[in-house]
Amino acid sequence: MGLPRPEELISKVNLKKMPSRWWMDTLPVEFKPGFYCYGAKGKNLEYVNFPNARDFHVTDEDWRLPDDWKKIVIEGIKQRIERFRTFHVFMDICVRCGACADKCHFFIGTGDPKNMPVLRAELLRSVYRKYFTTGGKLFGRNGGARDLDINVLKELWYYFYQCTECRRCSLFCPYGIDTAEITIIARELLNLLGLNTDWISGPVANCYRTGNHLGIEPHTMKSTLEFMCNDIEDITGIKIDPPINKKGAEILFVTPSGDLFADPGIYNAMGYMMLFHEIGLDYTWSTFASEGGNFGFFTSMEMAKRLHTKIYEEAKRLKVKWIIGGECGHMWRVWHQYHNTWYGPVDFLEEPVSPITGTKFENAKSNKIVHISEFTADLIRHGVLKFDKSRNDNLIVTFHDSCNPSRGMGLFEEPRYIIKNVCNHFYEMPDETIREQTFCCGGGSGLNAGEIMELRMRGGFPRANAVRYVHEKFGVNTLANICAIDRATLPPLMDYWVPGVRVSGVTELVANAMIMKGEKERTMNLRMEPLPGKEEE
Amino acid sequence: MGIGLAFIIVLGLILFAYIGTDILGLNSLFAIVIPYAAVVVFVIGFIRRVIKWGKSPVPFRIPTTAGQQFSLPWIKYSKIDNPSTGFGVALRMFFEIFFFRSLFRNTKAEIMNGKLFVGSNKWLWIGALAFHYSFLIILIRHLRFFMLQTPWCISVIDSIDSFWQIGLPMIYMTDIIIGAALLYLLGRRIFNPQVKYISLPSDYFPLFLIIGIIATGVLMRYFAKVDVTAIKELTLGLAYLKPTVPEGIGSLFYIHLFLVSVLFAYFPFSKLMHMGGVFLSPTRNLANNNRMERHVNPWDYPVKHRHYEEYEDEFRDKMKKAGIPVEKE
Repeated sequence: MGLPRPEELISKVNLKKMPSRWWMDTLPVEFKPGFYCYGAKGKNLEYVNFPNARDFHVTDEDWRLPDDWKKIVIEGIKQRIERFRTFHVFMDICVRCGACADKCHFFIGTGDPKNMPVLRAELLRSVYRKYFTTGGKLFGRNGGARDLDINVLKELWYYFYQCTECRRCSLFCPYGIDTAEITIIARELLNLLGLNTDWISGPVANCYRTGNHLGIEPHTMKSTLEFMCNDIEDITGIKIDPPINKKGAEILFVTPSGDLFADPGIYNAMGYMMLFHEIGLDYTWSTFASEGGNFGFFTSMEMAKRLHTKIYEEAKRLKVKWIIGGECGHMWRVWHQYHNTWYGPVDFLEEPVSPITGTKFENAKSNKIVHISEFTADLIRHGVLKFDKSRNDNLIVTFHDSCNPSRGMGLFEEPRYIIKNVCNHFYEMPDETIREQTFCCGGGSGLNAGEIMELRMRGGFPRANAVRYVHEKFGVNTLANICAIDRATLPPLMDYWVPGVRVSGVTELVANAMIMKGEKERTMNLRMEPLPGKEEE
Repeated sequence: MGIGLAFIIVLGLILFAYIGTDILGLNSLFAIVIPYAAVVVFVIGFIRRVIKWGKSPVPFRIPTTAGQQFSLPWIKYSKIDNPSTGFGVALRMFFEIFFFRSLFRNTKAEIMNGKLFVGSNKWLWIGALAFHYSFLIILIRHLRFFMLQTPWCISVIDSIDSFWQIGLPMIYMTDIIIGAALLYLLGRRIFNPQVKYISLPSDYFPLFLIIGIIATGVLMRYFAKVDVTAIKELTLGLAYLKPTVPEGIGSLFYIHLFLVSVLFAYFPFSKLMHMGGVFLSPTRNLANNNRMERHVNPWDYPVKHRHYEEYEDEFRDKMKKAGIPVEKE
């Protein structure tokens, strides 16, 4: 990938050395290749009616902005100050204590002070002060305020697309200032001017048209699932017929489309189907609600709502009782913290009850969506599933907490309980790097583009560093997770920093160990590699 | 940036009060007009700011969850760090406000030999706690200047604070602690490169201002012989709205009072408003129960989204060919 060797990449990072020039004086920002995503294509912006749709080239001097762009941004800030108490309070109360500074994986990996969460926020806060506070108007630079000009705008763009909205800084902030919230709003402002990235706007347009980010059309989705089922038959001898757009099914199952497309997500998708088949669940896939993830969330709240609405619409059309959601990070942040507000009250569905164990999912009684890990943990707890854990004996597993289910939900025990029940070898990474303190994969919030591989490898360094620790200490060779973005971003991260560690969804591990009724003697895992002890056969 | 500027401004304020009282003799301006004005600005400014924040609605319920969620009955959940009830939120806020719980989590990241080390780092937490509590106790102690009879609770605080009876007048622990805490908070802005880089004049200014207040207070109590009776006459007059300017109060006191006035007046327009803001922070003061109880967005509006019918219209032929059920044949 044209990157320096890992030890060289990080050796130049000095977290204690700050530039000699003050941060307001370092403009214009230098667009370093490997640190910024390519600009959005006009057709994708136009497809979802975004303003100022045109091909956007980041390094062009002229960003082809509307003449009144400054007014648009200032008005945009005003509107959001009036709409979001978060934004309003966060713009005012930061004391710059610096507790957040070294919590950000991008700061740790790059040493760029503008990646300290406090300074990232100050980039926008300085503009807010100039136009909305007395102190800023009176004292200007000495009041921490500055004019919004094209160079400031470019700087905002550069750095708010170097934040993965992971919320790790928010955990440590004594006032709960949430950089994710500030980044979300900063990106909303940038999107008022059509300043999006190709990697985000492409999937958004796809998702609007076909229902999923990858642009998988219905017939392709069906053949993909059937193809997976052929593999399942080869491995287990069991023929599964995936239910698609089936009206009257009890449960709608929605997962990120990444699980239908690429290794290792596809093994997780196979796992879902094997699990549901084994317990005889009456469920259906939907070709339209074929995406749980939401890249719209990385552009604006409105776009996120526009994309996510289809899920409940499909639940209504297919007359299901409730919904199970697969393993995904930001999809669960959206579902858990936003979707009920956007779409509710969800009175056309029933309060979720597991048809297998009878467990009422109290925590999902209003929005009627249960996480697959909650669902599976409950099955295991009730002894519904039988496992041959030795099938996973070649895997020495650690678990990466994905940012969104961690700090936007608190899903920690369920996946661990599952893993411990299906794997014999499980080791935790150090406490400061897991659970609510987990480090980002380096590619969340739409930053998993190939052209920013250097930024991703740097941002993913803290995570990889912790994996390397357990890799060296316990021989960990499998990094389990419950996020489709992780399954896309962690493999290259591991290849770069900790070769020999592979990435796996939790449900893949479940399905591999699960003894299915009527299965043949298994010799292969879901990846069609020989099971431990079956290498010679 | 701006440490010199902030320092010079505070020096200027001191000089201003000195010239105003000692040379120009504008004692009633500094004893009465400015303190009253400052308190009015503080009260109105504070309330206005909080109302302004309060007017911005909370469209989404987005707590930062710092522990296990409430889910299955056999999984122990984090009632304080990830509250699912109002009571849990109250506890979370209590620990946040009285013990700075988030700051207690603080860690330090260092890169050595290409490896990242993350270790515990409680200094900022200790420093912040020491500063805020000392300040609070000092403030409470000062109430005796504004009441004819000192209530017993203030006397108790007073005697605990002067527990170590070193010399006369007795030394208050809080005077020593706040001095040390302020020097630490200032020191990290000067010596910690990250904090230095993010600091603004508005970060140094309140530090110097409070250092000035503490220094003049300490000078008056332990070193300069000020006429406490006269001062109490003045402060009582202020409190009971019968202001008088007794003779024989030195300019040291007026400098002290002026700096306090500046602090009060500056407060609502500054980052010091974090005192009010921390109560309103939606990542801390909401329960993590979105899937149990719907949160309503007051400005929610309908959005254009794609309907299944449009989707099927576009893909119907392909769906039929693939044997996927459709609504319209």
